[in-house]
Amino acid sequence: MPTTDTLSNELEPVTIENPVAGIDQTKGDFQYDVTYEFDAGTGLTEKTVDYISAVKKEAPWIREFRQNALKVFRAKPMPTHWATKDLENINFDKIRYYLASGQKPKRTWDEVPDDIKRTFERLGIPEQERKYLAGVEAQFDSEAAYSNIKDIVAKQGVIFVNSTEGLREHPEIFRKFFGKVIPTGDNKFSALNSAVFSGGSFIYVPPGVKVAQPLQAYFRINAENFGQFERTLIIADEGSEVTYMEGCTAPKFSTSTLHSAVVELVALKGAKIQYITVQNWANNVFNLVTKRGVAHEEAEIKWIDCNIGSRLTMKYPGVVLKGRKARGEVISIALANDGQHQDTGAKMIHAADETTSNIVAKSISVGQGRSTYRGVVHIPKHLKGCKNNTECDALLINTNSRTDTYPAITVRGDRNYVQHEASVSKVNEEMIFYMQQRGLTEGQAMSLAVNGFVNDLARQFPMEYSVELKRLIDLEMEGSVG
Amino acid sequence: MSSLVIQDLHVAIGEKEIVKGLSLTINSGEVHAIMGPNGTGKSTLAKVIAGHPDYTVTGGDVLLDGASILEKEADERARAGIFLAFQYPSEIPGVSIANFLRAAQQARMAEGEELDASAYYKRLYAKMDMLKIDRKFTSRSVNEGFSGGEKKRCEILQMAMLEPKFALMDETDSGLDIDALRIVSEGVNTLKGPNLGVLMITHYQRLLNYIVPDFVHVMYDGRIVKSGDKSLALELESKGYDWVKKELVTA
Ligand SMILES: Nc1ncnc2c1ncn2[C@@H]1O[C@H](COP(=O)(O)OP(=O)(O)OP(=O)(O)O)[C@@H](O)[C@H]1O
Ligand SMILES: [Mg+2]
Repeated sequence: MPTTDTLSNELEPVTIENPVAGIDQTKGDFQYDVTYEFDAGTGLTEKTVDYISAVKKEAPWIREFRQNALKVFRAKPMPTHWATKDLENINFDKIRYYLASGQKPKRTWDEVPDDIKRTFERLGIPEQERKYLAGVEAQFDSEAAYSNIKDIVAKQGVIFVNSTEGLREHPEIFRKFFGKVIPTGDNKFSALNSAVFSGGSFIYVPPGVKVAQPLQAYFRINAENFGQFERTLIIADEGSEVTYMEGCTAPKFSTSTLHSAVVELVALKGAKIQYITVQNWANNVFNLVTKRGVAHEEAEIKWIDCNIGSRLTMKYPGVVLKGRKARGEVISIALANDGQHQDTGAKMIHAADETTSNIVAKSISVGQGRSTYRGVVHIPKHLKGCKNNTECDALLINTNSRTDTYPAITVRGDRNYVQHEASVSKVNEEMIFYMQQRGLTEGQAMSLAVNGFVNDLARQFPMEYSVELKRLIDLEMEGSVG
Repeated sequence: MSSLVIQDLHVAIGEKEIVKGLSLTINSGEVHAIMGPNGTGKSTLAKVIAGHPDYTVTGGDVLLDGASILEKEADERARAGIFLAFQYPSEIPGVSIANFLRAAQQARMAEGEELDASAYYKRLYAKMDMLKIDRKFTSRSVNEGFSGGEKKRCEILQMAMLEPKFALMDETDSGLDIDALRIVSEGVNTLKGPNLGVLMITHYQRLLNYIVPDFVHVMYDGRIVKSGDKSLALELESKGYDWVKKELVTA
């Protein structure tokens, strides 16, 4: 268990002043005072990394892993030769790399502190839904504040813990795959995450176990200049099935905030993993996430990814199709409002015969919002019977919006099949007038149009997530007119 | 008892004046028909009353129950009871008719009030039956891939659900086959009554056999140039618009 026991004297509890006092806290922008018992200060040095490792009482190999990652992070340049220059505005010295609320993961709802419950209420997770969900692992700042795995899931042998606990209690399971799907040096931000990660979920599903209910986690960023670096690793053993859902809302802050997660999925032979994200970051957040899965023989990995909000999101969920007949899918929805840049896409790396991949990406750009699609589909020459389908649709909601598509499809050999379609459309003013004529406000009309645009994808989501997505779109669109 | 009063209305698009001083009063319970050659401004009139943002009112006023609506947004006018059955209804990809009408009804309710879903569907199905619209249309996207006649029927379905005070029907009859014309007309006739005023824009006397107007107006070059009862439509049918134009010149 992390963090409640005594530590040396210099690690005194610190009270952070509410950084949003006096600013508008409506909608998803809210914040409560929290006493952070553990605080690594701002900036990133070897000491910061040692501090985090010490607080978490990690094994030496993890500390070394982190320190090595820090070196890699420092050595790697910013990827500005292809990505936006806005990355240069991240001031790594001003970021707080570790904060924990100092609570043990809780098993029952009653044990959860009231202010955290209030946060959940503001997030709008209905009580019934929490009960309905098989296991809720809700992240409050860096550590899990609440985790409850229902008996059924635990009885099935499913391990659902936070990353600290996973590495400490189950190294025999997690160490083998940790950092293997996404090596530390994959990119600058995966290296950063590897140095300072905390929080996130570790899940292991035993062979043949089909987890009936989706496992769920909510993440938020809750302090100014506070970066969040979750690390998630999901292993679905042979023939097992699991769905994981991740949702985010974040308070609005006056200075930039960095979120940089690493998510690794391993679907062993015949296993199925579905990973669903609906996120709504405040529009000063840099959200730079590396997500990748490895699908073994006849396994299936599906990423469903909705990106709303943030200042800059860079995220290209990928699947390495490693075994024969493996399947990979990325379904993504991105909404870029004024001042936001959604740079999203997908990577499909075919590495075995008869593997199939499907990418459907829809982006919506509003006002000065900017959407970019980047795709990589790689099918080497020696493979046969591989298929890829890529579809990118962009919707522009006024003339200033910008959308770019960079599909990189490298298919060698002639025994494989690839299909690519792209479209760009504008919200039609006659359509908005038509809807207004029926009594909908301009904002409602816009949000209905946008919901209609993503509807065929949203239908594939679990009910509560499509409802949440709709609500987020409503909030975005209503704020965007007038 | 409501009234929709159009007073000496002038409408321009850009620099071009399209409606040039048009006055008309419609009371609830009345059916008015407007006929007139292509391009004289009939649709413009209807869209301006509904609050289309492309048009500029350069003079005159439109009053609903004595109060001007010209400063109101299109959606406020709609919620106040103005309904426009479009000559060319828009398609809304991905939004089903059921969800669209539900949103439209929800928009008419007070904050915090929730639409009773089962009562709503019951009503929707009843209206669909009245207009002989197949149930499977409820889950189809609004107007997407609809035939011309299906679109028009869908407009009347929306009108039936939203129960406006004034309905502006712009060429609802065009594109309808003979049976559909009868079904739609019967539908409109059931909606007609002391609480509804109707302004019907049409090119064909045929429609007026089904929905019998109390008044017929001829619009030409942005104005109403002649008004009468239903016999005026018959006269137009036999004599054509040249007759009206000649009268205008001699007047
Ligand atoms: N948005 C617009 N931009 C430019 N011109 C317009 C626009 N809307 C209407 N007009 C012009 O205004 C005139 C009147 O058009 P309107 O559609 O009102 O005619 P109408 O009487 O409904 O004709 P029809 O019988 O063919 O439906 C036409 O010359 C038309 O081209
Ligand atoms: Mg017309």
